[in-house]
Amino acid sequence: MRLLNRSAGRVSRLRRGPLAGLMVMLLGLLLTGSLYAAFSPANADNEAKSDEALIQEGRDLFLVGCSFCHGQNGEGVSSQNGQYGPSLIGVGPASVDFFMGTGRMPLQIPGQQGPPKHPVYTQDEIEAIAAYVGSLGPGPAIPDESEYTLNLTGDERQEAIVKGGQLFLANCSACHNFDASGGAMPWGKVAPTLKNTSDKHIYEAMLVGPAQMDVFSNGNIAPEDKAAIIAYLNSIEDNPGYGGFSLGGLGPVSEGMFAWLVGIGGLVGFAYWIAAHTTRSQKKEEEA
Amino acid sequence: MSDHSDNLPAVQEPIADPGLPAHTPRPTDIDPKAERRAERQVAFFFLLSMVMAVLFVVAYFSLDLGKLEEDGTREATDTFWGLGASHVALGVTLGLTMMFIGIGVIHWARKLMSDVEISEQRHPAASSEEDREETLAALQAGLEESGIARRPLVRNTLLGALAFAGLPLIVGLTDLGPVATSSVRRKTLEKTVWKEGTRIVRDVTGTPIRPEDLEVGDLLNAQPEGLVHLHDASLKREGVDYLEGAPLHIEKGKASLILLRMEPKDITHGKGRENWTHQGIVAYSKICTHVGCPISLNEQQTHHLLCPCHQSTFDLADSGRVVFGPAARALPQLPIKVSEDGYLVAQSDFTEPVGPSYWERDSK
Repeated sequence: MRLLNRSAGRVSRLRRGPLAGLMVMLLGLLLTGSLYAAFSPANADNEAKSDEALIQEGRDLFLVGCSFCHGQNGEGVSSQNGQYGPSLIGVGPASVDFFMGTGRMPLQIPGQQGPPKHPVYTQDEIEAIAAYVGSLGPGPAIPDESEYTLNLTGDERQEAIVKGGQLFLANCSACHNFDASGGAMPWGKVAPTLKNTSDKHIYEAMLVGPAQMDVFSNGNIAPEDKAAIIAYLNSIEDNPGYGGFSLGGLGPVSEGMFAWLVGIGGLVGFAYWIAAHTTRSQKKEEEA
Repeated sequence: MSDHSDNLPAVQEPIADPGLPAHTPRPTDIDPKAERRAERQVAFFFLLSMVMAVLFVVAYFSLDLGKLEEDGTREATDTFWGLGASHVALGVTLGLTMMFIGIGVIHWARKLMSDVEISEQRHPAASSEEDREETLAALQAGLEESGIARRPLVRNTLLGALAFAGLPLIVGLTDLGPVATSSVRRKTLEKTVWKEGTRIVRDVTGTPIRPEDLEVGDLLNAQPEGLVHLHDASLKREGVDYLEGAPLHIEKGKASLILLRMEPKDITHGKGRENWTHQGIVAYSKICTHVGCPISLNEQQTHHLLCPCHQSTFDLADSGRVVFGPAARALPQLPIKVSEDGYLVAQSDFTEPVGPSYWERDSK
């Protein structure tokens, strides 16, 4: 009995130790982590996997990561304040690849617009989820590299790029700006810059029309014209800035700010210098 | 100063003029060493300017702008920080050539030129009484001698000649365009090339559109057939008027179109516009009714079309109604249908003038 009391006392002494809280937390984290690793679907590679297995793996991942907002069968979730997560039936694999490949999904916080960030899922996992969402209803497929690459050389290539530029100015520049550096939309939304977006994701965005963007389906802009637009976007990035500093390519806002602050500021500085008093000497001037 | 002293009013200053503070010399005024140093500094700036001018010439001939190669790629251009090196070098050297001359001159003025303070009195702007009387007398004498009051024939013909001299100016103004009478307006401002059966084609490519090409959510920038400069000559059709040059731009400025496909259930048809759409495909003028900017900044989920110039917003699911901004009129809607060969065509011209309002818009 005495022994028991003594050991109990030792434990409670330990429990009160300064590092006890930290130890408990570390143990808890370790336990949760290993349980998650044991029960969450494995990230095996998708090659040599039958469609059914891929869809099943995608469904497992979907149930863990997506179903909270999009519903257990991708039917969407509505809340009192309106739509919580939209239905994914018929959006197609291209939509999944775009939203998850650019990191827009999973969303960190509900808001006007999901900002792009570093993707959370690997490409294999994204493809599995895309296969599952694709099985819910027909929608645009993930494009092949040959679809968004312009396979032309010489004058033909130049011509296609020129046409791509005209298509870009007619269809895209209203929101994404003449230099593809993006622009503001109503209610705090933005049309993002296209400079850091991969060719595949630009192609997918045209196909699916993410969020407020309009759809530019293959019946609207033919696949080869889409490839021409992408080639044009790459060509303006490859060209050196002949006009000098682009100042973000945002047009009059940044250029006007530069003119006012640096240009006029510099002129004011010069004016101060011209009119400032020069050093004076305390010595008397010698009479000549 | 003394020249004007006779002309100055004798004013008693309320506070005595304290005069200028005592002049203190600059180091360069009293120290020959400092003076020579300043001289060398000024000369140094002028030399720097010369160096920059020479560097401009060197940059002009040595830096490469890049040539277009046979395979369509550009031969490596000399670049500098991702900028065209030639442009940067030419601009910087020429700018510094000018700037160093300026800096040298100002340094010269500040350090070496005389800096003795002087003051000049302001004097009245009017001439002296004598001068004024003399001038008036001369004018009067001139009038008397010309006899303009006694010879009405000469006077009146002179006035007539001066009035007629304005005629060429006024006649020249007619070059600005036809006078906007109601019959002229009907043929110009109030009419576009759209008429029954005009095919709607995609802008840039000029291809005709089948309704089944479009998915819900699609947005097309479209033109009437004949107003697109065709990349592919095989698209040309018999019986279509293909415009070029100025007429093309005038007509394009009025006829440009935004075509959208939305869920038919989302559309609120305007009165009498129930048959203006086809399976959820709607067509609107692309020209803002505020000051005429072309608009295609559309939000797919709200069907709101926003004009980037002044933020006028139109609801394309509700007859182009203005939902925000300075525009006073809904966006004109084009009635469309499907032709016998299965392409989207116009039912008629717009039923109201497109683009911004004008004074005579509502007067018939």
